[in-house]
Amino acid sequence: MFYRENGQFKTTYKQDQQIFPITQDRVGVLLLIAFAFIGVPMLADEYMLRAILIPFLILSLAALGVNILVGYCGQISLGSGAFMAVGAYAAYNFIVRIDGMPLILAILLGGFFATLVGIFFGIPSLRVKGLYLSVATLAAQFFCDWAFLRIKWFTNDSASGTAAVSDLQVFGFAINTPFEKYTFCLAFLVVFGLLAKNLVRSAIGREWMAIRDMDVAAAVIGIRPMYAKLSAFAVSSFIVGVAGALWAFVYLGSWEPAAFSVDRSFQLLFMVILGGMGSIMGSFFGAAFIVVLPIVINLLLPSMGAMVGIEVSTAALTHAEQIIFGALIVWFLIVEPHGLAKLWSVGKQKLRLWPFPH
Amino acid sequence: MAFFLETLFGGLMAGMLYSLVALGFVLIYKASGVFNFAQGAMVLFAALAMARFGEWIPQYFGITHFVLVNLLAFLGAAAVMFVVAWLIEYLVLRHLVNQEGTTLLMATLGITYFLDGVGQTIFGSNIYKIDVGMPKEPLMLMESTFPGGIMINQEDLVAAVIASALVALLSVFFQKTTTGRALRAVADDHQAAQSIGIPLNRIWVIVWCVAGVVALVAGMIWGSKLGVQFSLSTVALRALPVVILGGLTSVPGAIIGGLIIGVGEKLSEVFLGPYVGGGIEIWFAYVLALGFLLVRPQGLFGEKIIDRV
Repeated sequence: MFYRENGQFKTTYKQDQQIFPITQDRVGVLLLIAFAFIGVPMLADEYMLRAILIPFLILSLAALGVNILVGYCGQISLGSGAFMAVGAYAAYNFIVRIDGMPLILAILLGGFFATLVGIFFGIPSLRVKGLYLSVATLAAQFFCDWAFLRIKWFTNDSASGTAAVSDLQVFGFAINTPFEKYTFCLAFLVVFGLLAKNLVRSAIGREWMAIRDMDVAAAVIGIRPMYAKLSAFAVSSFIVGVAGALWAFVYLGSWEPAAFSVDRSFQLLFMVILGGMGSIMGSFFGAAFIVVLPIVINLLLPSMGAMVGIEVSTAALTHAEQIIFGALIVWFLIVEPHGLAKLWSVGKQKLRLWPFPH
Repeated sequence: MAFFLETLFGGLMAGMLYSLVALGFVLIYKASGVFNFAQGAMVLFAALAMARFGEWIPQYFGITHFVLVNLLAFLGAAAVMFVVAWLIEYLVLRHLVNQEGTTLLMATLGITYFLDGVGQTIFGSNIYKIDVGMPKEPLMLMESTFPGGIMINQEDLVAAVIASALVALLSVFFQKTTTGRALRAVADDHQAAQSIGIPLNRIWVIVWCVAGVVALVAGMIWGSKLGVQFSLSTVALRALPVVILGGLTSVPGAIIGGLIIGVGEKLSEVFLGPYVGGGIEIWFAYVLALGFLLVRPQGLFGEKIIDRV
């Protein structure tokens, strides 16, 4: 009854091209952002911020990047973890090697280097397609794993191979408490989220989608596959690289290459597919699902075991987590192969009509 | 020279082992168009089943004859793999007919997690060993030609023989039997096969069963070499460049690809590794596969990919 666009007339082209053409959407998104900046920090406790919200924000940023490549441009990538790693280690090197390097600039430069690496490993996509392409991206993954483990220069010659940062600050404000970290990540996510949303509805975004739907046909109607594919790799790995730098700096603090292993790549791909390919909103849903699920399982299982009188050991818990996780993924794919974003849009459609049947 | 040959042989043997795992990928991809990431998990599952049956059979049935125990364990594990194959078809694939490749790929990743979890819950998560009486002592060859001769691991040799036998068996199965012909028909065109009365679901169960047995053989050989443990599951990632290099749809491709990757890995590790700090095996395999792909995007023996608008 309240969610409908009746009576909202567009009188200029500018109005027609707004990012959220429906007033309710616009207000809703503004309220959501305001709530995320003001309401959530007031309501959530430290554990909630540190264990759920911060990883959720950073991983949704990464999932957003992966979604641009996989969901919008249709190039399967199993190397997202590597691009995260490049972002993290490049930013780290800028911070430790240059005195007085601003944090935000270092993170963006991390993203820039991830872009370079992304474009380099994206070059095979001009010739190799589909599953075969996943090998190219896996090559990136394993090469980066190896490089950050074996080449000591990247980790500033630290003996243990661990990279660590401390005393993060932006414009003189320290970023130490979970609340500050949360706000910092949220700011990044909002900026990049809006940028991505705008990008995918621009000319370049349409080119990506044309390439995804059928690259030969797209080439026939005059879309340059090289430009479209490589730009998708570039934008995607930039965002993923920034997310990697945030993950390392803000969430982990000190990290080893294993933090960006191939498992991370799979995890990001899961987020995109469960959330919904080719949907900005889907990236958030997917990230939320993947971040929250293990925590819920970990909380619920022991108490459920206690109810039926079984002591659940840690090993059993890990295995049970794997089983439930795997089963849920399969179940989700069967029930809703288009991801959570599809459910969201169906819900919105229903809401437009409600309470009338037509 | 002797050292080079030794490395070369070592690479060839390792390559045969990769081919065994790669074969499972190819079988399923050929017949159902599913890229089965769970092959590694199936290898682990099968090896775990076999190792534990090997322990339980003497314990509960009092059978101690070495060959009999191993045979029973093998059959038991094969039966378990059949059940797994049937369940996968019945619970997962049947509901995902006509979905896109990526969705199916994700589903098999889900199956991977599931199988890893279930396998370790049922069979335990320690390191187990499979002893099928593989000869352990190394073999010296061509001692007259080279000083000291060339050392070859007999275990690898046996494994390579088993692998080749399996490939020959599969080729006969695919080419000569009625079921094999039906499998090839399904691989060519699902709809056409269905329209002439080939039951798709049953064919898929059969293919997954065959892949399960291949996984069991691979698990048995890898397991007796390295011990059965969780890391066996990651063997899928080692075999992936092999499949891609050989072509996703080609059985001989899996073998040749395996040999190329095996040799490439070993030679690069031994002769190139020391210069860059070692441990380059795993990414070198991928880069090698990528190099071949740039020349032939469908793999060495894959069917040519033709795009039509």
